[in-house]
Amino acid sequence: MWEQLAASLTDGLLLGFVYGLAAMGLTLIWGVMSVINLAHGPVIALGMFGTYLCFTHLGLNPYLAVVLVAVLGLPLGFFIYGVAVHRVINAPHLSSLLATFAVNMIIIGVGTAVFSTSPQNIDFSMGTLEAGPLTVPGTRLVAAFGAVLFTAGLYLFLYFSRPGKAIRAVANNRRAAELMGIPSSLVLALSFGLGTMIAAAAGGLIATFFPFTILSGGTYELKSFVICVLGGLGHPLGALLGGLILGGLEGLVPTFMPVSWVPVVEFGLFVLVLLVKPSGLMGAK
Amino acid sequence: MILQVQNVTKRFGGLQALSDVTFDLPEGQILGLIGPNGAGKTTLFNVINGVYAPNAGRVIFRGEDITGKPSYEVSRRGMARAHQVVRPLHELTVRENVMVGACFGREGLHLAAAARKADAALAQVGLADRADQPSGNLNVAQKKRLELARALAAHPYLLLLDEVLAGLNPSEIASMMETIRAIRDEGFTILMIEHVMQAVMSISDRILVLDYGVLIASGSPEEVVNNPQVIEAYLGDPEMTARLMAE
Amino acid sequence: MQAWRRLGFWLPVAVMFVWGLLVLVMHHDTVRETAFTLFMFIALASSLNILLGYTGYVSFGHIVFFGLGGYFGFYLLSQHNWPLLPSALAGGVISALIAGLLGMAILRLRGAYFALATIGINEAARAFADNFSPFGGATGMFIQFSAYEPYGGPGPALWASFIYLWIITLAVILVSYLVKHSRFGLGLLAIREDEDAAMVMGVKAPRAKTIAFMLSAVGPGMIGTLYFFKNGNVEPGDAFQLHMSIEMLVMVMLGGMGTVLGPLLGAVTYVGLRGYLLTTPIFQNLHLAVAGLILLLIILFVPAGAVGWVRSRVPWLRRALE
Repeated sequence: MWEQLAASLTDGLLLGFVYGLAAMGLTLIWGVMSVINLAHGPVIALGMFGTYLCFTHLGLNPYLAVVLVAVLGLPLGFFIYGVAVHRVINAPHLSSLLATFAVNMIIIGVGTAVFSTSPQNIDFSMGTLEAGPLTVPGTRLVAAFGAVLFTAGLYLFLYFSRPGKAIRAVANNRRAAELMGIPSSLVLALSFGLGTMIAAAAGGLIATFFPFTILSGGTYELKSFVICVLGGLGHPLGALLGGLILGGLEGLVPTFMPVSWVPVVEFGLFVLVLLVKPSGLMGAK
Repeated sequence: MILQVQNVTKRFGGLQALSDVTFDLPEGQILGLIGPNGAGKTTLFNVINGVYAPNAGRVIFRGEDITGKPSYEVSRRGMARAHQVVRPLHELTVRENVMVGACFGREGLHLAAAARKADAALAQVGLADRADQPSGNLNVAQKKRLELARALAAHPYLLLLDEVLAGLNPSEIASMMETIRAIRDEGFTILMIEHVMQAVMSISDRILVLDYGVLIASGSPEEVVNNPQVIEAYLGDPEMTARLMAE
Repeated sequence: MQAWRRLGFWLPVAVMFVWGLLVLVMHHDTVRETAFTLFMFIALASSLNILLGYTGYVSFGHIVFFGLGGYFGFYLLSQHNWPLLPSALAGGVISALIAGLLGMAILRLRGAYFALATIGINEAARAFADNFSPFGGATGMFIQFSAYEPYGGPGPALWASFIYLWIITLAVILVSYLVKHSRFGLGLLAIREDEDAAMVMGVKAPRAKTIAFMLSAVGPGMIGTLYFFKNGNVEPGDAFQLHMSIEMLVMVMLGGMGTVLGPLLGAVTYVGLRGYLLTTPIFQNLHLAVAGLILLLIILFVPAGAVGWVRSRVPWLRRALE
């Protein structure tokens, strides 16, 4: 019993790091510009397919491919921001929600035409790691480690680089930042680029151990909503914590009730946290 | 007494916005509320009309304790407010804006009666010719008048006016003052926050002075102007002092 | 002014009435099916408009009321042999009650937080239906053939469901108009523009919002029952499609938020466009992408929707196009 519990919890927590990374992309964009990016799921899916194509067609090591996908994610984010988001950044929420959803439809539409909706997977193994009763697939361990690396990178960027500090200033108070000479449009575009980059990287990492279709991003988008709310919308580090909570739940809940109840628990918790503590479990405000 | 504010205290985190504020307002008077920026004047309005609940103290309106009642309950008991930052409902026409006041104010009129009331209130503030325009099209002075008309249409016992003269030019101020006097003569009781000293001194029956959330003086305009504490409170703000001394 | 207002009401009602009559007179199955889809979306979009357009709250998961009401109505219909009309009415009532309970909780949230909560509720409801055995769990529920007998077989039963839908759609448009031109509706509009200022003016926002939420849930609940009856089955994947929820938003946006005619125009345009894209060879594979592109262009360049755009360009039509 305990061994099984420990095994599922480990499994879940490792996944949680990657979920957390995916959510971080969403929460960063929300924190800086109060836009809920409904193109988040398709970007994750693009990350999956990007990694897959690099692996199958270019023969790249999947982790190298994830890095490449992340690098490409940045200009993709700039592009989405410039085309769809910039004009509605000060409009009511509905406009930015629908604008990013339109991007979602475009990516899914083109993606379906190009890749069809049949499942793919990256045929790749890192062996397994055994520690006592625990057996952990290497890919998951590396993915969790990769997620931590990306998080650390983001943290260092936000807190110790000039553009990162500008992002935090704009997130804090856009008008004041503008008055201090920070070019807010550039900073917003950069934040959107970073958010897209992180989402794509998370997609790539997920693709190393789960099969996927162009529609898979939707699932992770919904998970990202839950995680962001658990960790406090707009707090990148909170997202990692939220990811671990969600991953832990996904590991533990099935040992107590049928696995199909997991989403009921997840979304129930989500609505509950929104109502009781909309600033997130860690939120101070 | 139409309004009694008793020992009201309001804190925001560590900031003491109002400390133990107490005053009475008799029916039919105009009470001016002055004080330097950040003195807590608008916060006091927010506590009186139920936008915030105070941390301590009571607000009694027409003999009833309304402390902590939501703002819509306060409105229905006959207190209306014109905001400092004008808040017209942009997509609605000027008439519809004022009808909201009439429909949900003290009298709770139905649409047809509210439309008539709205037209009367608009005539009173001199906006009758704009009734069918979207309120987003108005200029600042007209928006201030719209705020006033909306509050009037609620037919309140007590009007809270938050800087209705701010941002107006001298001739607009003069005509707005005319309007406010006319409203007072109809029997409305008015509590007004104002920075335009000359105006508030000439129109008010009594003046309250708030500084750092503390009521430092109250009395007739003459008494207040000569109160050394008041002069000191304004010394941090040379422009205001000059204006005060010019009286 | 009154005459214009009446025109703003009579125009959509007359269109819907004549259209339904024509379908009945033509008595053709394909025509009926097309009209069923259109009427359904017109009623769904008009219902959503009461919340979105009048009150200003963006419900992203509004389809949850279609799903829950439909599930409940279908449950009465298929498991307890209730006739169609009472089942549909019960579905609407249950939807409204659930909306009332949910509304008291989540309508405290504003802006994007409210939108997120509605998405969460829709997903939670879908997951719940997946596991709830009285509702058939993941496989859902089916209609016995005998359920069609009171109508004289499956064909006439489909006609009956169409006629009910027609009446419900007319009723939804009527309610939409009545709400907009009532004291209650004026309060909703005030909430949409500035909720805090509205409360200071005496609008009981918490109660008004909850009632608007309930009103916007009745129609979807009834229509869900009719739709699943027409299909002969209900399952979680069909009932709680987030995608359909967003399509409803797009229709309202397309036609013009906060107008009575807008959702009608938006629904017809959207469904027509989708049909065209799906049946035209060049767009067939890319229909979603093309629809997305059109949506994006509208949001960026015509955010007021078709009716809003006409209203701002042609002042004398302002009153007519309520």
